[in-house]
Amino acid sequence: MLRRLMLFPAFRPFLLILMLLVLWDVAIRVFGIPAYLIPRPEQVVGQLIAEWSHLLKESWQTTEATLGGFALTIVIGIPLAMVIAYSKLIESYVYPLLVFSQSIPKIAIAPLFVVWFGFGIVPKIISAFLLGFFPVVVSTVMGFKSVDPDMLDLARSMGATRLQTFLKISLPYALPAIFSGLKVSITLAVVGAVVGEFVGSNSGIGYVLQVANGNFDLPLMFAALVVLSSIGVMLFLAIDVAERLMIPWHASQRQVF
Amino acid sequence: MSSVPLIEARAVSKIYQTKDGPVESLRLLDFAIAEGEFISVVGPSGCGKSTLLKMVAGLLPLTGGTLTLAGQAITGPQRDVGIVFQNAVLLAWRTVLDNILLQAEIRHMPSGEALAEAQRLIDMAGLTGFEGKYPWQLSGGMQQRASICRALLHDPSVLLMDEPFGALDALTREKMNLELQRIWLASKKTVMLITHSIPEAVFLSDRVIVMSERPSSITAIYAIDLPRPRTLDMMGSPEFAVLAKQVRSHFYTQGSLDH
Repeated sequence: MLRRLMLFPAFRPFLLILMLLVLWDVAIRVFGIPAYLIPRPEQVVGQLIAEWSHLLKESWQTTEATLGGFALTIVIGIPLAMVIAYSKLIESYVYPLLVFSQSIPKIAIAPLFVVWFGFGIVPKIISAFLLGFFPVVVSTVMGFKSVDPDMLDLARSMGATRLQTFLKISLPYALPAIFSGLKVSITLAVVGAVVGEFVGSNSGIGYVLQVANGNFDLPLMFAALVVLSSIGVMLFLAIDVAERLMIPWHASQRQVF
Repeated sequence: MSSVPLIEARAVSKIYQTKDGPVESLRLLDFAIAEGEFISVVGPSGCGKSTLLKMVAGLLPLTGGTLTLAGQAITGPQRDVGIVFQNAVLLAWRTVLDNILLQAEIRHMPSGEALAEAQRLIDMAGLTGFEGKYPWQLSGGMQQRASICRALLHDPSVLLMDEPFGALDALTREKMNLELQRIWLASKKTVMLITHSIPEAVFLSDRVIVMSERPSSITAIYAIDLPRPRTLDMMGSPEFAVLAKQVRSHFYTQGSLDH
């Protein structure tokens, strides 16, 4: 049975997780680590089960904020990157500023968003957007800039309009790079949403983490972390599926034929 | 061979502006290509052969002189021209058929006619059965054949080829030379072929234009009076050897054989 499961690549990460859990448990027993420093795996699982409905409700809040920030990333980040890729002038104005803005620690300015937008979902969305949009911009710019010049000459020789060249050549050519940016971005957007919840919110997994931390409820804290990582993994997988559907022709997606 | 010039160059020159000042690429080129003629251009690398081809295609502006196609000055991309690049430049997300049909889509050709013509070209190029394959599923030679089909889809009178077989292995290259001759004999296009290979130029051409190093001008133009259709065996004939030697001699005197 185990031998059969090991043959499926999809099961391998779970197998590794299981081994790490065992290692975790053994380490706590062997070194006698007290529960107020690190809880035992079964305590975490216990809290996961006990607080299940609560965690589910809060994780939905975090997911909403993440998806909101991610949507902003797509709507703002990708067009911005296109403009940067197509105009040297705009690039020289905007790009340095973008890098500059990226160096500002979001956690330090997140409280400002609470002051400006209150305790609702808006500051969380902005925080998720700010953390996630930079990788998308960078890789989209790279994607559009690396379009084969011969392809552009080819389109020109056919008398293609700018729009035709964009839709039929540049955009499909840049899609793989855009997707690699989106994959990095989605995981960062989760972090951004939690940052937003840390600084000013009474809902979401970030809030659960803070409360659990305040109450020294380490098992709940670890349970919240498990839920949070699961959100990240699931969103990442969703992007992965979208990528597979949209660029099945790309080298990274090709099946042996 | 009819003597009506389809493409005519008069004192064509090209100077590139670079950071280190102007670089003279082409100097005072004069030549005429007749309708239905197969012309090859050979020369050392970096001599501006590709620049010349792009100017004929209307993709690059001239610095001086005039370049006409069927009597009209070439000022931008031409309707009546098809281009084949060194790499096949096929779009990875399109099948062979859809790659060929790109020409029709961008030029807004009627789709029914375009599809029929694409199928005819696919059959002619020996790609039948590969219409639904993606470029990466084809060999280099087949990719280049697909790109030739794409260049011919809108039935241009001129086919411009920029070292189309340079990336292929020697055996595939010989086969492609035979194929190209066959396609040319069947379609009677006017062809301008840029190449590094002297045997390829002699084998395929009616005339071979030899260019010098930069700033390049035309060193010589050779008429190749070998009978058609030519066979690979003819490459071993004394007449072929003499012509190839004549062309090659220019490179030795220039002190650079770029082959």
